[in-house]
Amino acid sequence: MDPGVADLSRLQFALTALYHFLFVPLTLGLSFMLVIMESVYVMTGRAAWRQVTRFWGKIFGINFVLGVATGLTMEFQFGTNWSYFSHYVGDIFGAPLAIEGLMAFFLEATFVGLMFFGWDRLSRLGHLFVTFMVALGTNLSALWILIANGWMQNPVGSDFNPETMRMEVSDFGAVLFNPVAQAKFVHTVSAGYVMAAVLVLGVSAFWLLKGRWTAVARRSMTVAAAFGLAGSLSVVVLGDESGYALTDNQKMKLAAIEAAWHTEAAPAGLTLFGMPDSVAQTTRYSVQIPWVLGMIATRSLDGTVTGMSELVLQAQERIASGQVAYQAVERLKADPKDTAARAAFEQHKRDLGYALLLKRYVADPAQATPEIVKRAAWDTVPNVPLMFWSFRIMALIGFLMIALFAGAFVIASLRRHDQYRPFLWAAVAAIPLPWIAAELGWVVAELGRQPWAIEGVLPTFLASSSLSRAALWTTIAGFTLIYGALAVIEVRLILATIKHGPDEDEAQAPAPVGAPIPAQPLAA
Amino acid sequence: MFDYELLRLIWWALLGVLLIGFALTDGFDLGTATLLPFVARTDAERRMVINTVGPTWEGNQVWFILGGGAIFAAWPFVYAVSFSGFYLAMFLVLAALILRPVGFKYRSKKPDPKWRSRWDWALFVGGLVPALVFGVAVGNALSGAPFRLDGDLRATYEGAFLGLFTPFTLLAGLMSVAMLVLHGAAWLAIKTEHGPVQARARAYGFGAGTLALFLFAIGGLMVAEMPGWRIVGVIDPAGPSNPLRTTTEMVSGAWLGNYQAHPWMLLAPALGFLGMAMALVGIYRERGGLAFTGSSLGAAGIIASVGCSMFPFILPSSIDAHSSLTVWNASSSERTLRIMLLVTVVFLPIVLAYTAWAYRIMFGRVTADAVAASPDFY
Repeated sequence: MDPGVADLSRLQFALTALYHFLFVPLTLGLSFMLVIMESVYVMTGRAAWRQVTRFWGKIFGINFVLGVATGLTMEFQFGTNWSYFSHYVGDIFGAPLAIEGLMAFFLEATFVGLMFFGWDRLSRLGHLFVTFMVALGTNLSALWILIANGWMQNPVGSDFNPETMRMEVSDFGAVLFNPVAQAKFVHTVSAGYVMAAVLVLGVSAFWLLKGRWTAVARRSMTVAAAFGLAGSLSVVVLGDESGYALTDNQKMKLAAIEAAWHTEAAPAGLTLFGMPDSVAQTTRYSVQIPWVLGMIATRSLDGTVTGMSELVLQAQERIASGQVAYQAVERLKADPKDTAARAAFEQHKRDLGYALLLKRYVADPAQATPEIVKRAAWDTVPNVPLMFWSFRIMALIGFLMIALFAGAFVIASLRRHDQYRPFLWAAVAAIPLPWIAAELGWVVAELGRQPWAIEGVLPTFLASSSLSRAALWTTIAGFTLIYGALAVIEVRLILATIKHGPDEDEAQAPAPVGAPIPAQPLAA
Repeated sequence: MFDYELLRLIWWALLGVLLIGFALTDGFDLGTATLLPFVARTDAERRMVINTVGPTWEGNQVWFILGGGAIFAAWPFVYAVSFSGFYLAMFLVLAALILRPVGFKYRSKKPDPKWRSRWDWALFVGGLVPALVFGVAVGNALSGAPFRLDGDLRATYEGAFLGLFTPFTLLAGLMSVAMLVLHGAAWLAIKTEHGPVQARARAYGFGAGTLALFLFAIGGLMVAEMPGWRIVGVIDPAGPSNPLRTTTEMVSGAWLGNYQAHPWMLLAPALGFLGMAMALVGIYRERGGLAFTGSSLGAAGIIASVGCSMFPFILPSSIDAHSSLTVWNASSSERTLRIMLLVTVVFLPIVLAYTAWAYRIMFGRVTADAVAASPDFY
């Protein structure tokens, strides 16, 4: 196997996932904001709210199609680029993806057509129902994909089967109610709500500053302020750091985020800033707040946050245990009825994945020297400075968002929407922030998972397909080209739509006077 | 009651249902997009054609996405081996399909004729390329793919991209295009107003349908001559999913063996021929409903024929018969198949119900006047 292919596959996956994740969170949030706006329209019957809904619906549509288009790549990329991953965990990982299609994608995709084409064919309440179904569908899809992703972070409810050489599900309920998945779902959709609220708030602020379409802008700002305040509180308070204390691997991620090289006496202090140094394994110039990390991570004053050095020692032990499991699997391959091998496997199967880490250095993990075992154990430490800084910037943006929406909420409650111009400029300037935070959140979650594709089960470098580097470079170049062009087109269209404002566009094809009304059935 | 053997059979049938569902729904979107630049010449005509599928194509496309997810969940070996093996072909399909959502949505955002013409051709590519590659892929499944599995069940693919294109697989690709163009033309016959667009669609549809009939017959003759696969020795239909435990061999004409053993399977190719013929009659007599029913039945019959010919194989290996993937050795575990069946039984009827409702809301022909009058149309 060519290790360069795994690296290139990671590059392609990161590019396509980060790109996909520019559009999806906005869809998650904006769909529910449309439900709120349209509900007010249905309840009050005021045309201004219809205009608000239809304008943000247009923005939603432009963004939605790119989420769909780039999602196609994601659905098939496990098979195209991560063939061994697909074989190794398809029995568990495939199920949430299939359920996502059946339960969520059909819902959002079928109803989104009616949402755009059904204004004249549905009753007001009927159309609101359709919009709600779109919002429900998009958010359900986030639930299922995060159940899949949560399992990669914390692979519960499954066992390795030597007869089929793969992981198989043993408890589907555990996969479904995986605490890591639940935390991730709440955190991710909340981030989407914040993203949508920031966009709506920023654009409304821009219009207020320019004194254009102020009726629509004030209404939009009010919805964004309330929705964004709830979302930003949720995204920070229900951040998924709470899940990091669960397993060894999640502990490693937490230790890397906090640059905790060694276990501290409880309760550990939170490192606010500092310069993590991976070579010297220390954090220079650190500014610490005592007690806070221990309280966040363990929800107690006496729980300890395990440091990286200690976690590496544990990894060494698990590698040794995994070597036994690996040898047992090899013997079972030769003779499935070998009862001694079966017993050894059952005892050590939990650590099989750790032995696979050795395959980076030796073909047969059983032959690894203690030096190699030690090196492989240190491989379980992710990129510490990257984790440390990504997390801090993301968290800082989270707190800024709370401040922004608290301000907007007060201003909107006092009905002084257009009276604080510096605040409005700040709201415009804040538009890119949630995108930065969301992308960094992906980095923390997925680069923090390295070196594992499935934590503790399958290392990333073993998970890729048997492809050539030339094929990888072809598709990376192709995707970059297509995605780049579409990004430029999308941003231009959104800016043009914002500039054009919420006035209904009859200009593209004016109806001739006295044109016959098309025959159409009445809405059911 | 639902033992492992039966679950595998059901999931094999559901794989067929998915492919047929995709061909029948998104199939006419692909066909319509392929026809777009030819049947519609002015902007008003093109908007009419685009808006026949505008409100519903997105839901149709989910059959494709669900296909990916369901193969992953129920046939992980097939998902792992086929998509990595057909790597660049899959990239072509994805790149073409990515153009569709944006094409439909962005085309109408600017009145500039150049802008619109570019998106029209993007939609054309988004229709033609997937239709062609899917057919080529089915052709490659029939002629076997050059992969082998090692002791860890890791798949290595030993073919090149151009190796995917042989006379037989190109014929399959062409037939897939013809079949879906016919289906798209039948759709336009139902959904557009009487006039030049519909007349052109019928003309193209008649040609495509005739070609599809002809190619299906030639393909059948070629399959009779080319190598197929069969399992040697005892089959354990409830055994663990490990392809290396099966012994298979390559035999000329083996793909027709099932029809001798189970003559009722001949219903599938018969449905293919009759459906296509019915579509041609419908198009000739200007009866859109008949044409669409015919092209639907024909596509279902043709896809079912591939499944019946290959059963129990799903993806045979042309270089290492030992590695071939079959219904009995490439599925998920019994537990996963059972859970997924339960989910499907609950949710598929719900999906079909609201899809039918959506089509009912959008029922009726799309007219040029309606498109011009409403700001909601693309």
